[in-house]
Amino acid sequence: MIAPTKPDLVTVNIDGKEIAVPKGTNVIEAARLVGVDVPHYCYHPKLTIVGNCRMCLIEMGMPAVDPATKTPILDPATGKPKINWIPRPQIGCGTNVSPGLHIRTQSPLVKDCREGVMEFLLINHPLDCPICDQAGECKLQEQATGYGRGYSRFVEQKNVKPKRTQLGPRVTLDDERCILCSRCIRFTKEIVKDDVLGFIDRGSHSTLTCYPGKQLANNYSLNTVDICPVGALTSTDFRFKMRVWFLKQTNSIDTESSVGANTVVWSREGTIYRITPRQNDGVNDTWMADSGRERYKQVRAAGRLTTVKVNGNDSSPQIAVNAALHFCKDGGVAVVGSGRSSVEEQWVTKKLADALKATTHLVSRVGPGDGLLVSADRNPNVRGALVTGLIATLPTAKLASLAAAIDAGQIKTVVSVGEDLADAGLTAAQLAKVTIVYLGTHANATSAAAKVVLPTLTVFEKSGTLVNQQFRIQKFTKAVPAPAGATDDLVVLAKLATAAGATVPAAELAAVWKAIATEVPALSTITYANLPETGLLLDATPWAALPFVEGESLHFKPAK
Amino acid sequence: MPAPAQRRIIFAHIDEPGYTNDLPCYLKHGGYEVLKKAVTRPPQELIDEVKKSGLRGRGGAGFPCGVKWGLVDRKSGKPIYLIVNADESEPGTFKDRYIMHQDPHQLIEGTMISCFANNVKLAYIYIRGEMPHGARILEKALAEARAAGFVGQNICGTGYSCDIFVHRGAGAYICGEETGLIESLEGKRANPRIKPPYFPAVLGLYQCPTIVNNVETLCHVKYIVEHGGDAFTRIGTPNNTGTRIFCVSGHVQKPGYYEFEAGKITMGELLNDVCGGPLPGRKFKAVIPGGSSAKVMRFGERYKGKRKVGADMVDYDWGVEDVPMDFDSLGMIGTMGGSGGVIVMDDTVNMVEALANINAFYSHESCGQCTPCREGSLWMKKITTRMVHGEARAEDAALLKSVADQIPGRTICAFGEACSWPTQSFIAKFGDEFKGYADAKKVAKPTEEATLI
Repeated sequence: MIAPTKPDLVTVNIDGKEIAVPKGTNVIEAARLVGVDVPHYCYHPKLTIVGNCRMCLIEMGMPAVDPATKTPILDPATGKPKINWIPRPQIGCGTNVSPGLHIRTQSPLVKDCREGVMEFLLINHPLDCPICDQAGECKLQEQATGYGRGYSRFVEQKNVKPKRTQLGPRVTLDDERCILCSRCIRFTKEIVKDDVLGFIDRGSHSTLTCYPGKQLANNYSLNTVDICPVGALTSTDFRFKMRVWFLKQTNSIDTESSVGANTVVWSREGTIYRITPRQNDGVNDTWMADSGRERYKQVRAAGRLTTVKVNGNDSSPQIAVNAALHFCKDGGVAVVGSGRSSVEEQWVTKKLADALKATTHLVSRVGPGDGLLVSADRNPNVRGALVTGLIATLPTAKLASLAAAIDAGQIKTVVSVGEDLADAGLTAAQLAKVTIVYLGTHANATSAAAKVVLPTLTVFEKSGTLVNQQFRIQKFTKAVPAPAGATDDLVVLAKLATAAGATVPAAELAAVWKAIATEVPALSTITYANLPETGLLLDATPWAALPFVEGESLHFKPAK
Repeated sequence: MPAPAQRRIIFAHIDEPGYTNDLPCYLKHGGYEVLKKAVTRPPQELIDEVKKSGLRGRGGAGFPCGVKWGLVDRKSGKPIYLIVNADESEPGTFKDRYIMHQDPHQLIEGTMISCFANNVKLAYIYIRGEMPHGARILEKALAEARAAGFVGQNICGTGYSCDIFVHRGAGAYICGEETGLIESLEGKRANPRIKPPYFPAVLGLYQCPTIVNNVETLCHVKYIVEHGGDAFTRIGTPNNTGTRIFCVSGHVQKPGYYEFEAGKITMGELLNDVCGGPLPGRKFKAVIPGGSSAKVMRFGERYKGKRKVGADMVDYDWGVEDVPMDFDSLGMIGTMGGSGGVIVMDDTVNMVEALANINAFYSHESCGQCTPCREGSLWMKKITTRMVHGEARAEDAALLKSVADQIPGRTICAFGEACSWPTQSFIAKFGDEFKGYADAKKVAKPTEEATLI
């Protein structure tokens, strides 16, 4: 692992507390380091600074210096350096630290500024919190509690603006709630480079809108909903579905590509309502793709497998495992592992393959990378398969070698771990030629052709780890309970492997990790429990020569 | 004592019979002679003359021009731009348009001298969108000057090249704020930039060092380079050098534009002697001395304090009529010289209705970028509009003041001050009128003009 370079530190004084902060830090971030909250709306750490909300106004001063001697002037009363306070309040977001900078965040002037801005922001705000989706996670609500008057002096008519504009396929805009912070405009312009949003009209009548004839339709449009500090931009999917305070948050990983964007899964009583990004400055900053947010829908999608089947008949897991082993006992077995499986599952898959003396295969999923958070490798965990030894080289486009082996009659049984073999390139004739044991979540051509079907879980119903394109191992956690009839992949795989004669620990993460640590050198120091929420970079040098398909994306540059 | 005579150096030929805005006429009056000499001198010498002159910007803020030029980042290696701020939009101000309409070559010559002094290769004249006639005149004048070798390639055969382009403004008051102007010139909404870091002298037009000067300021530069910085300091008063053009509008007998040495004429002399005093049978009630955003002065009030005269501090005790018309004196009494737009109101004016008018303007012109100005200006407008429409409340005066107090000093640009100072000063000086407006309205209807707001 590469040690971060030590930044130049600058000592500043915030509300009387001295703190050394890296050069270039702004006052909001510096104050955060001493536990002081500087309220703000328009400032976002990943976007340019515009300083338009004026909520983060603070008082700023510098030590007085004698112009003749260039030495600090001391205050005779206290013996400390005298501070020249600037009479005008300054914006915290646009003020970077400098040596000796003094900041007041709690003075009467600052308080007055905040209360003034709060009042101004609320006078034309519809105050429709009872029906607003943002309620509960609204900065306007939060800061009104801290800095609001508690009553209104505004007796005039509020401005009237469009209430439900469809900015694009996934984002709905309520202009009356908009506080014109311009975060969404900056995001689409600076991060996605899809400059479709802007303000029209002026003054308090300024209105957020989309460029005529265009839509906010890019694959990152829902990030504008996340960063909207108020309820102006809402997710059309999530709108009016659930109060956010009822939702349980579970940390997860976006499995749509090898980027592995960190996410939060929001659920209530076993139902997932939305997925939002979780900040990880090494991976996805504070963003994620819209496509990844849709993934929760697979949990309740049609065709979900919930019944164990043997020869087309309902069965029990134990009978199914025995049946599977029965089909494998004569050799000629191929195990199709998955780049979507977790590291743990891949490791047990390898155990199973070894015990069955099976050939191992992995299904490749490649698409165009977008340079941001959807990479060319649409498998989230191909590198996990490399690290655990499930595969030694990168998977090829179609299951070509498996297809050839089936045609040659060398393979009699195929164990597929969640992969649709038809989709992966095998013909119906090839599928008919072999006995298929299928572990999977949804019905498809392979499950239909399989002799043994063992229903397993989506990423939202289990816990595990994934290794992303940076060789960063990251963990995801079970958000909702499994549907009745489906079993954790790890449990099914462990049962199969044990039945096949492998030594596999109990299908429980701590035990599996204990075993992995002893057998996989790259993972020797890791346990599921001690893995940080932001993941851990593994040493990628053993695989440096492999021709990975990913191009450059956010925080990732492919090795040359 | 009679009022001093006008000293017309910028307006020397304005309204002069027979004087036309074409190049032959300008040349006949000695035009471009100053430029011809200037381009043979070292540029630094010209900058030093301007510094020595003490010239203060005529756009409104009165910032010393030489200091502004001195702040320009000349080490970055980036091109330096000069922008002529001809977006004259402050209500009550109408001086620059006369220069552009009647004496455009004076502006072009001043601009070229300033460009040469600052090693500028490209200058823009950002003219207010509502002045298409002025833009056409400037285009024609520039074409003439270009053809004659005063603008463009190889000026006066020296090898120095600099072109000037006219850019028509986007039709908003805020386009006159220098960083808003720069944004607008770049083709964007004229949202003023935050300073720091976007000081025009360092990160201006296209993120290059940029000088933004008012039309009148650049004409003064021409005069300074012609006569020397020392000569300029002998006009006007110390720290308020040169002349000032006053655009007097409102309730006086002879409204118009008048050029005097700065500080050599008092408000009383200007209004009574020069402008002929109030209309028959009326009395002066209030005057805004420097464009509508300047704080109002109430006739009858006294200003007391100490001021510097030479090396001494002397007491002053002025009425409105006694205040010398210069940046420092007007600043001292709590208002400002601003853009020189003197707006006079007599006793027929209801101050609530006057403020309603001003507030309507500022709320319409706020760019909407930052919260206090955007929301505050419209709120104040809504209050004053409601008042003139017959629903005034006794507590509105205090509310107006409180709203106005939440704006200045907390915004991105000076518009925050511009939109709140009128309300603050009207309430402070005519608070009784605001408090009693509800009752006053029971006997008199608002004037027809006021109800249009």
